[in-house]
Amino acid sequence: MTPRQRRMIFVGLILLAVSAAAGFLLTALNSNVQYNIVPSDVSAGKAPKGRTFRLGGMVEQGSVKREPGNLQIQFVITDFAHEVTVRYTGVLPDLFREGQGVVVRGKLVYSTDLEKGQWLMLADEVLAKHDENYMPPNVAESLKKTHDVRRMQETSTSPAPVITP
Amino acid sequence: MNWVWFHKLASPPTAYAFARTLRPWLLWPSLSMMLWAGYAALFVVPPDYQQLDAYRIIFVHVPAASLSLMVYSIMAIAAGIGLIWRMKLAHAVAAACVLPGSVFTVLALVTGAIWGKPMWGAWWAWDPRLTTELILLFLYLGYMALRASFDDIGRADRAAAVLALVGLVNIPIIKYSVVWWNSLHQGKTLSIWGKSSIDPSMVMPLLVMLLAFVMFFGAILCDGLCAQILRRERHAQWLTKQVQ
Repeated sequence: MTPRQRRMIFVGLILLAVSAAAGFLLTALNSNVQYNIVPSDVSAGKAPKGRTFRLGGMVEQGSVKREPGNLQIQFVITDFAHEVTVRYTGVLPDLFREGQGVVVRGKLVYSTDLEKGQWLMLADEVLAKHDENYMPPNVAESLKKTHDVRRMQETSTSPAPVITP
Repeated sequence: MNWVWFHKLASPPTAYAFARTLRPWLLWPSLSMMLWAGYAALFVVPPDYQQLDAYRIIFVHVPAASLSLMVYSIMAIAAGIGLIWRMKLAHAVAAACVLPGSVFTVLALVTGAIWGKPMWGAWWAWDPRLTTELILLFLYLGYMALRASFDDIGRADRAAAVLALVGLVNIPIIKYSVVWWNSLHQGKTLSIWGKSSIDPSMVMPLLVMLLAFVMFFGAILCDGLCAQILRRERHAQWLTKQVQ
């Protein structure tokens, strides 16, 4: 074996060892690396109990309720399978709106007097997510129109409502 | 295949002359492309349907972030070549990469924070993408510090090369962090093979800016490489001849 081959193996071993170490580390930490969990995790009992964590999902259409005269707001976060109601007091980011992805940080409590589900998140931070799609307003408008038309056609031809995320 | 040109290029005098010649051919086109792309990004392309004008920061943020990964990969590969083939010029290339690389990383983090505050509602979040990019900055800074802590340039080269190779594992983690885990950071926008998720009316300045950043990095790398060669070859005869 020439010295050069020995050095080549040395470099290969460094890369292999470090990748293996990183692989094991990330597999072990997998759930902790997630920035947020989703409402389905909450329903499955995977949410941390009595501890602050982050919950992510879509703000359900028509679910935002504001208290007149103060900054209190209530809305429902959905991942199109399960829902969690969120209560928050404070200023919301610009991108917060119905149908938008959000990540809220807070504590979960069990409640029976909610319109949707049994879980209430008392949030102390609301962050808005945005996606990787960039388009001018008129393109978004025409996309929305064709989407609506398609949905209308779908509902008129198929008897059973199909829920698609 | 004839490799003579490659071995010739690896000799410091040829590389020095090559870098000096190449530099203006990269620098001036890249600066004019940046000017055009910057103008188009601010005044020509339409606003985004949701973020309105705030999205225009991607025209700096995305190229800076891409370059921060690309430069690190080049640095680590050069370090590996230097380690295996004992090529001093490869170590010089790696050493010249670290400063521009760290500047691109800082630029990506700062523009991201400026964008994050109005859009997400936070300057910073311990999101997988953001955290791994911060680790990348620390790798660059660690590389600089390690290099500076040796007096002997050969030992500095070898130690820094090992660090660069160890840090290479972070690059795919940064790239795929938005795919592997739930994150606050959005997914990738530009795609080479598939369909990009940016409207065709907005994509041109972004691509031009990306190319301009790559060429600008090339010009800076030529400068850095010349500086490295001057320092490493300061006792060499060809250099004294050239200076006289």
